Amino acid sequence: MSSHALDGKAKASHQELPPEFQDQEESIKITGFWLFIVTDVLIFASLFATYAVLVNRVAAGPTPAQVFQLNTALIETLILLTSSFTIGIAIWAMRQNRQRMVSWWLALTVLLGMAFVSIELVEFAGDVAVGWGWHTSAFLSSFFLLVAAHGTHVTMGIIWAVALLFQLRRRGLTTVTRRKLYTFSLYWHFLDIMWVFIFTVVYLGGRLI
Amino acid sequence: MRTWAKRIPLALLLMAVLAGCGQHAVMLNPAGPVGRTELNLMVLASVAMAIVILFVLVLATVAVVRFRDKKGNRAPYTPQVEGHKVLEVLWFIIPALILTVIAVPTVKDTFALAKVPAKNPLVVDVTSLDWKWLFEYPGQKVATVNHLVIPAGQPVLFKITSDAPMNTFWIPQLGGMEYAMPGRVLPLWLESYKPGVYWGHSGQFSGREFEKMFFSVRAVTPAAFSSWAAHLRKTAPPMTVADYHRLLQFTTVGHLSYSKYPAFTFPSVTHGFTLKGGMYLLMHNNPAHD
Amino acid sequence: MPSFVPYLIHTLFPPWVRRPTEIGAEIMMVAGGAFIVYWLLKYKKLQWLWNEWLTTVDHKKIGIMYLVAAIIMLARGGLDALMLRTNLAMPTLHFINASEYNEVFTTHGTIMVFFMGMPLIFALFNVVVPLQIGSRDVAFPRLNAISFWLFAFAAALFNLSFVVGGSPNAGWTAYPPLTELAFNHTVGENYYFISLLMTGIGTTITGINFLVTILRMRAPGMTFMKMPLFTWATLNTSALILFAFPPFTIALLESLLDRVAGTSFFTLSHGGMPMMYVNLFWLFGHPEVYILVLPAFGVFSEVVATFSRKKLFGYPSMVLSMTAIMVLAYGTWVHHFFTMGAGPAVNVFFGLSTMLIAIPTGVKVFNWILTMWGGRLTFTTPMLYFLAMIPTFVIGGATGVMLGAVPADYQFHNSYFVIAHFHQVLIGGTVFGLLAGVYYWWPKMFGYKLNDRQGKWAFWLFAGGFWPTFIPQYWLGLEGMTRRMYTYPFGLGWHTLNVISTIGGFIMGAGFLVLASNVLYSRRHQERDETGDAWGNGRTLEWSIPSPAPEYNFAVIPVVDERDWWWAEKERRQSGERPALPRPEDIRPIAIPKNTPVPILLGAAFFLGAFGLVFTWWYIALAGLAGVFGLLIYSWFQYDHYRILSAGEVRESEELLGRLGA
Repeated sequence: MSSHALDGKAKASHQELPPEFQDQEESIKITGFWLFIVTDVLIFASLFATYAVLVNRVAAGPTPAQVFQLNTALIETLILLTSSFTIGIAIWAMRQNRQRMVSWWLALTVLLGMAFVSIELVEFAGDVAVGWGWHTSAFLSSFFLLVAAHGTHVTMGIIWAVALLFQLRRRGLTTVTRRKLYTFSLYWHFLDIMWVFIFTVVYLGGRLI
Repeated sequence: MRTWAKRIPLALLLMAVLAGCGQHAVMLNPAGPVGRTELNLMVLASVAMAIVILFVLVLATVAVVRFRDKKGNRAPYTPQVEGHKVLEVLWFIIPALILTVIAVPTVKDTFALAKVPAKNPLVVDVTSLDWKWLFEYPGQKVATVNHLVIPAGQPVLFKITSDAPMNTFWIPQLGGMEYAMPGRVLPLWLESYKPGVYWGHSGQFSGREFEKMFFSVRAVTPAAFSSWAAHLRKTAPPMTVADYHRLLQFTTVGHLSYSKYPAFTFPSVTHGFTLKGGMYLLMHNNPAHD
Repeated sequence: MPSFVPYLIHTLFPPWVRRPTEIGAEIMMVAGGAFIVYWLLKYKKLQWLWNEWLTTVDHKKIGIMYLVAAIIMLARGGLDALMLRTNLAMPTLHFINASEYNEVFTTHGTIMVFFMGMPLIFALFNVVVPLQIGSRDVAFPRLNAISFWLFAFAAALFNLSFVVGGSPNAGWTAYPPLTELAFNHTVGENYYFISLLMTGIGTTITGINFLVTILRMRAPGMTFMKMPLFTWATLNTSALILFAFPPFTIALLESLLDRVAGTSFFTLSHGGMPMMYVNLFWLFGHPEVYILVLPAFGVFSEVVATFSRKKLFGYPSMVLSMTAIMVLAYGTWVHHFFTMGAGPAVNVFFGLSTMLIAIPTGVKVFNWILTMWGGRLTFTTPMLYFLAMIPTFVIGGATGVMLGAVPADYQFHNSYFVIAHFHQVLIGGTVFGLLAGVYYWWPKMFGYKLNDRQGKWAFWLFAGGFWPTFIPQYWLGLEGMTRRMYTYPFGLGWHTLNVISTIGGFIMGAGFLVLASNVLYSRRHQERDETGDAWGNGRTLEWSIPSPAPEYNFAVIPVVDERDWWWAEKERRQSGERPALPRPEDIRPIAIPKNTPVPILLGAAFFLGAFGLVFTWWYIALAGLAGVFGLLIYSWFQYDHYRILSAGEVRESEELLGRLGA
């Protein structure tokens, strides 16, 4: 139910647009979500800046080349890229109004996200086990914060997607659930892009130093 | 009681300094070329800005007096006027021109003051500690605390760092300040035209006794400076590692002099510790609170 | 179990909160709280408070709550200021001791910027912007309430530090390593970082909210170049918030982690880098200055046009200059630390960008003056604040340019010259502007004007006390007095000017008292405004509806065809070109966002978690976090956010307000 639709002023007549964009209120929420992503990009930019400044300040701790395992990071990258693809299919299915298909592909996205987070946690646990915690050096502090910030975002995304699966079951593909799915896909693609940056700057960059 | 006793020589010194000084506005009475350059720029900027301020105030006053809402006011009333293209463009151009007058010498002086105008200036290594100043003379192999002696008539290069929270090293009559930051050494050069006595202080808040981070500066003739250093080498005790660790503690001290000092003390970051890093050694001694 | 009790007492009430000042504050807080509870119970107002205010999502009510909080915080910050000034009145005066002084100047700065300035601008955003653009509410009403409660609970947490555990004491800038555990082992800095993180989240949400509101919810016909200037100011401010707060969030988070989780971002050891904090902080800190001052610019633009009864002079150049300030604001942050060894090339760049930003600011001042030119000026209280702004802000801005001259700044840096400068722009610009705005829109909020006579008394005391307070501080700077000294020795010649400055401070304090009594007096004695256009010369949409605005704001949303739509509309209605009042058949059903307890509960859960984090009591912190997540998930599953006001109900309400045509 939209306050503005009731007012009769803004039911846009863009027939080619999907429902979540036609509804004034839902489309406003999408605009808001884009702006949220802008702030989040800047959060990551600040974390990257911190990392770039502190990367060489290893103190008595390990150097980047010692810490990073490119194989693990590569597997993580592949998983996340695949999940970006699966959420893409879910959105495509949403446009085709195929609700069961949406749910399945969304569930697959969740599983891939979980796999990603698990691998990351195992990697972190390995580092901590050999005594490379984030208190070891400024470099490790900034590394852990950057990557863990991304991991936390992915975890939030997983919780969000699970909640969405429940809502889809209860309510089906309404304008509201469509908008929620769409913003979730935006969020997920954004996390994917951030990871590509992390992979390039942190892991590949770390090998070069 | 003890802190009071420590402050007596400081107070006496300040009175002595000021009796000779007369004028209190230290920034306006520079005693060296750096302070002089900076003052000139201040004056130029003030004059340029005063012109702008005057113009704005006159314009505003005329507008307020002339267009008051009272009976019989004959000034034109033009509620539909939306703007004036030429004037609006002028608002952009004229301030830009005035600012250029300030900007050009700013650029020139900034670059000029960045370089020490001497090949081999006297170097003083400055370390700010909680809450005292350590001055080390690598050329003369002597060190002092809270009092600085420099030769007049020649540039002196200060290499400034901190082994504690940040401070700024500032002798207002000689010139502007520079940060004392842990983990970095920042250069600043100053010069005193003539022999004289000045005071310095920290400009960056650094904890409970920050207010007491005054130090005295004595500019003397080069010959007097050499004999002062030689005298110190002969008479003053050497600084031991234990002495340095005592200086690191959260205390204030009076004037101290040393004939030698351990090399590690500059630049040094000795008491860093984090939650997991362990050492709470100094914390128990004197935290930031009473 | 009993060993628990001494531990708790020692942790929550360490010796440094058991000094007379703190105990006095504690007694006052408890007594004040008890009185409020007694009052609520006696007059059975609890239900009313909960339904009408605590759970509201109405932007007008949220705005009023922001205003109330801001005035309370102004009192606290002002009291801090007077304590500082008292201590500095004479050399070696020990009215409060060094530790207390350090806490008080830290809380003074932090409260004035984050818990007084920010809520005051949000109060005006909330009350004014939806009305100015012809909207029924902001884009996200519940998020708006969440922003408010995050701010309110953060402010409560920050103020709690004074009596529980100890206040932060490293300045509002909180530079490491002074904030590191090594040098600061009380919980004070935890309070600082955590409460600012909390209010920062709220502020960021507000920024997004108003950007979307202005971008997407303007009345039909209101193009960008027809937006009122205050709305433009809000748009630019929101954009600044959006870009400035993320680096600040990270700076705070990393400092906090250094203290509670053992990382070493800014520590002395383990390769940490304090300078990084300084960069991140000012990357936020400088835009923050413009976040505070742009809304005031917006207010002045409205006030000067209204009380000159004339169109704003040079609207396009006003918009252009404001946007230029917004963009340039990001390019000047290094001027806060020219003396940190960035090198001459970097310093020159930032020195010039600092001077550059003075140009659009100057343009605004000239345009305001020319707005008066050819007008008919009435000197109401808001107009007086505008007029007082001109000399204050212009001189403050001019000294800002002087600070931008790099070599001169080597001398001025951290001296009282800087203190005088930024108080002159922040009080002369922001506070005068926001006070003008509060007086100007007060009738729109409450339906009656503040008493003008008392308003002028408050004005003359406040603006008159300003000059003796801050002008001497320029000279103190030239005399070499550095900021944040809790006392100073005899013999430097600083005492005379300090006494003058202290006296001025108390005059300003008296001005605040008159302002506060004016609020109480006007509530009872001022006559109600029936027209909605309280000043008679309103130009923009908000003056076309009743005061205070009904919950749906506009019964019929107007089509905006003019920049000063209401001014033009009044002329058209007088000439009979348009019907004076909307016709009943134009009124349609309106959806109103429902009240919800989620925002205040979310704030409370945040507060609980934050309090646990301050003392690193992880279980409590986790409980708070669980509460936050629980509430978020709960509200995720809520779908029914609106209730419908039928056309009949709206007609009835408009009829009562005398706003319905035949």
